[in-house]
Amino acid sequence: MAARGPQVEMPKQPPEERVDNFDEVAQGYTEEMAIEEALRCLTCPNPQCIKGCPVDIDIPGFIDLMKQGKFDEAIKEVKEKNALPAICGRVCPQESQCQKFCILGIKGDPIAIGRLERFVADWEQEHGVEVPGNPDNNGGKVAVVGAGPAGLTVAAELAKLGHDVTIFEALHNAGGVLTYGIPQFRLPKEIVQAEVNYVQKLGVTINLDAMIGKLYTISELFADGFDAVFIGSGAGLTRFLHVPGENLNGIYSANEFLIRTNLMRAYKFPEYDTPINVGKIVAVIGGGNVAMDSARSALRLGAEKVIIVYRRGREELPARLEEVENAEEEGVEFMLLNNPVRFKGDDLGRVKQMEVIRMELGEPDESGRRRPIPVEGSEYLIDVNTVVIAIGQTPNPIIQRTTEGLETTRWNTIVVDEETMQTSIEGVYAGGDIVSGTATVISAMGAGKKAAKAIHEYIFKKS
Amino acid sequence: MNRILTKRTLTQNVKLFEVEAPLIARKAKPGHFVILRFHEKGERIPITLAGSGPKRGTITIVFAEVGKSSTQLGNLEEGDEILNLLGPLGNPFPLDNYGTILCIGGGVFIGALIYHMKALKEAGNKIVAVLGSRGKKHLFFVEEAKEVADELYVTTDDGSAGLEGLVFLEDLLKERSFDHVFTIGPTSLQKEVSEMTRPHGIRTTVNLFPIMVDGMGMCGACRVTVGGETKFACVDGPDFDGHEVDFDELISRMRVYNPQEKIAMILYQRVV
Ligand SMILES: Cc1cc2nc3c(=O)[nH]c(=O)nc-3n(C[C@H](O)[C@H](O)[C@H](O)COP(=O)(O)OP(=O)(O)OC[C@H]3O[C@@H](n4cnc5c(N)ncnc54)[C@H](O)[C@@H]3O)c2cc1C
Ligand SMILES: Cc1cc2nc3c(=O)[nH]c(=O)nc-3n(C[C@H](O)[C@H](O)[C@H](O)COP(=O)(O)OP(=O)(O)OC[C@H]3O[C@@H](n4cnc5c(N)ncnc54)[C@H](O)[C@@H]3O)c2cc1C
Ligand code: SF4
Ligand code: SF4
Ligand code: FES
Repeated sequence: MAARGPQVEMPKQPPEERVDNFDEVAQGYTEEMAIEEALRCLTCPNPQCIKGCPVDIDIPGFIDLMKQGKFDEAIKEVKEKNALPAICGRVCPQESQCQKFCILGIKGDPIAIGRLERFVADWEQEHGVEVPGNPDNNGGKVAVVGAGPAGLTVAAELAKLGHDVTIFEALHNAGGVLTYGIPQFRLPKEIVQAEVNYVQKLGVTINLDAMIGKLYTISELFADGFDAVFIGSGAGLTRFLHVPGENLNGIYSANEFLIRTNLMRAYKFPEYDTPINVGKIVAVIGGGNVAMDSARSALRLGAEKVIIVYRRGREELPARLEEVENAEEEGVEFMLLNNPVRFKGDDLGRVKQMEVIRMELGEPDESGRRRPIPVEGSEYLIDVNTVVIAIGQTPNPIIQRTTEGLETTRWNTIVVDEETMQTSIEGVYAGGDIVSGTATVISAMGAGKKAAKAIHEYIFKKS
Repeated sequence: MNRILTKRTLTQNVKLFEVEAPLIARKAKPGHFVILRFHEKGERIPITLAGSGPKRGTITIVFAEVGKSSTQLGNLEEGDEILNLLGPLGNPFPLDNYGTILCIGGGVFIGALIYHMKALKEAGNKIVAVLGSRGKKHLFFVEEAKEVADELYVTTDDGSAGLEGLVFLEDLLKERSFDHVFTIGPTSLQKEVSEMTRPHGIRTTVNLFPIMVDGMGMCGACRVTVGGETKFACVDGPDFDGHEVDFDELISRMRVYNPQEKIAMILYQRVV
């Protein structure tokens, strides 16, 4: 194997500057950097990297075109398999997917596949997006619930196959977590909107402010002439700690905190009308990506001190390493092996103090991580002005409550056939976080692709 | 879409809109609310339905101009379109023939109260209604209430329309028997009513409106403690058993953005 140098670094805003703005932290490759990084790829005849990509992008193929500076052809190659490359290139956990399998990773740095994907996607945005001609409408009518990555992917795939697709999205913007959850500084909303526009240009209709279960039930969709329904309603319901004082003012679910900040742009209050309260000391409870996003947002919203409080150790932090490092660079403090047991308020009902208990690690539990055990008598108080609870999300509840005959698990996720993504109801498919529980953007898209294929076959069999 | 067909000024700061929204109208029931936004930088504003016309394809809302957003909303005119309108949200009031039902509504929610009363009347109930407000000039829809109610009491904080405050209710509850009480209006009123009916053991349904953001059960902004458990008003409510609600917590949570809202209003008034 030819020796290869290290990965080409991607320029970032310096930490001391970026904590004062919501602009994107990672600034992307230049053309020269992109070609230099592409040239590191060995164009393996039996490429391992593809194994790690849930949507099977021809990775050596598009990188090879980049080597020759054929960015226009490279992006076409990517879009064969992935309708949302500018998003995936930014937020895929590449280190545990495609890049994990890259042969160069055995001895040195794997190819920066995500960064290259991002580059060609951004390049296309700048140079004008080409939309494939719409095929004749020769298929069926499909309704998609939710405009998150799962729903957008199903819709794009089916539209390309000639079906008439309508997305019903409850919020006033499309994108799901990409729009309301992941902060601007990691994934600019303009990028999400551009990808959504692309899906619309493929012929997909998006109805916003349309909540299925309320405006129409699933069975009413069939009565209205839809041949199949895909449910991609996501897992956006925040879990609470259920400890005393949790309803004090100043205690947010991560979801509320991020929806106010991202979807409603509270960071621009009062130019935007939605307010948010961020005090001097902010404690974020939890250790995943959602906790990191909340902590880094709190800094940008003006907090003086932001502490991540996590009940296990550093090794066990579920967030991507890159995000933990970004948070640390920006000055987020970590209080590991600690867990809140109660919140105390002032006489106006605002949170003032948090009682935490120290934890130690015992034997590994079902998740394979060592189980945290409270150390008896180790409780102590710390001062806090704002608390964000980011200990996990559960499925959005409306569809399950309003759809008779839909089989769900005890976690309220929807049960599907793993091959076809069909639910317990004929013609109704589901995928993404509503099936798997909180996962990743690309796995939601992978599920969407599987479902699209099955829906296409179902409609042809039926007609 | 979402065109304002009718605009009426009901009192100095209360407006009524009839909005073209056929899909929502088809499903709308008393107890439902909508969330609307009328410009790109606007917040999501929840408002209870005060009527629906499934045939005409309309819904009716009645709102008070209390801060920046509601004041701006009140500046929209007939023919204008509302940018975003999501609904119907929440669970409708459980319509049933309870027997004799006491319906107490106050402030801007009198519109919603009458929507409830009409449906309860149709379901066969005998209705004793109480309309409350700060003063005579803040009252509206008294004639409409008279038409639906079997018996009507009108009361104000300052006594300017006859009765004063809720003291008379003590006697009414003692002398008469009611099968159910329903109350909608300012949270302080709902709390007071619940306290008064508690000793009589009359089931009392309240209609809560904590601060909301998404209105679809995701964010938990609207959480209220009911019977010791945390509930989300937007998807578990907005109706709850008034004897189980922790009203003090609710009232404190509803005030949390008051300082910011004041700033927004002052800045807004400076511009207009
Ligand atoms: C803060 C945060 C950060 C994350 N960071 C990353 C990351 O860096 N990388 C990564 O890969 N993953 C990340 N994830 C996870 C990832 O975003 C999700 O796995 C993914 O978005 C799931 O896609 P989905 O389409 O299944 O659902 P969602 O994105 O949740 O979309 C569901 C959509 O359905 C709508 N909906 C719900 N109910 C209804 C209804 N009844 N009617 C109509 N519409 C409805 C919702 O409004 C929403 O728009 C993150 C998640 C969060 C919350
Ligand atoms: C389910 C529900 C139904 C409602 N129905 C009606 C109605 O029929 N008529 C009516 O006039 N008002 C109704 N409201 C209240 C209405 O939403 C608020 O008055 C409005 O959002 C105030 O906005 P503002 O900017 O004008 O005032 P602000 O100055 O921002 O706030 C004034 C007060 O309104 C409340 N409020 C502010 N933001 C919100 C929010 N996002 N959600 C809920 N309350 C908020 C707060 O208690 C605050 O103290 C309802 C609220 C809910 C949750
Ligand atoms: S979509 Fe994600 S997993 Fe697939 S190649 Fe791109 S970055 Fe890697
Ligand atoms: S495994 Fe690595 S080097 Fe080989 S083709 Fe894939 S990205 Fe290129
Ligand atoms: S308003 Fe967000 S959960 Fe009720």
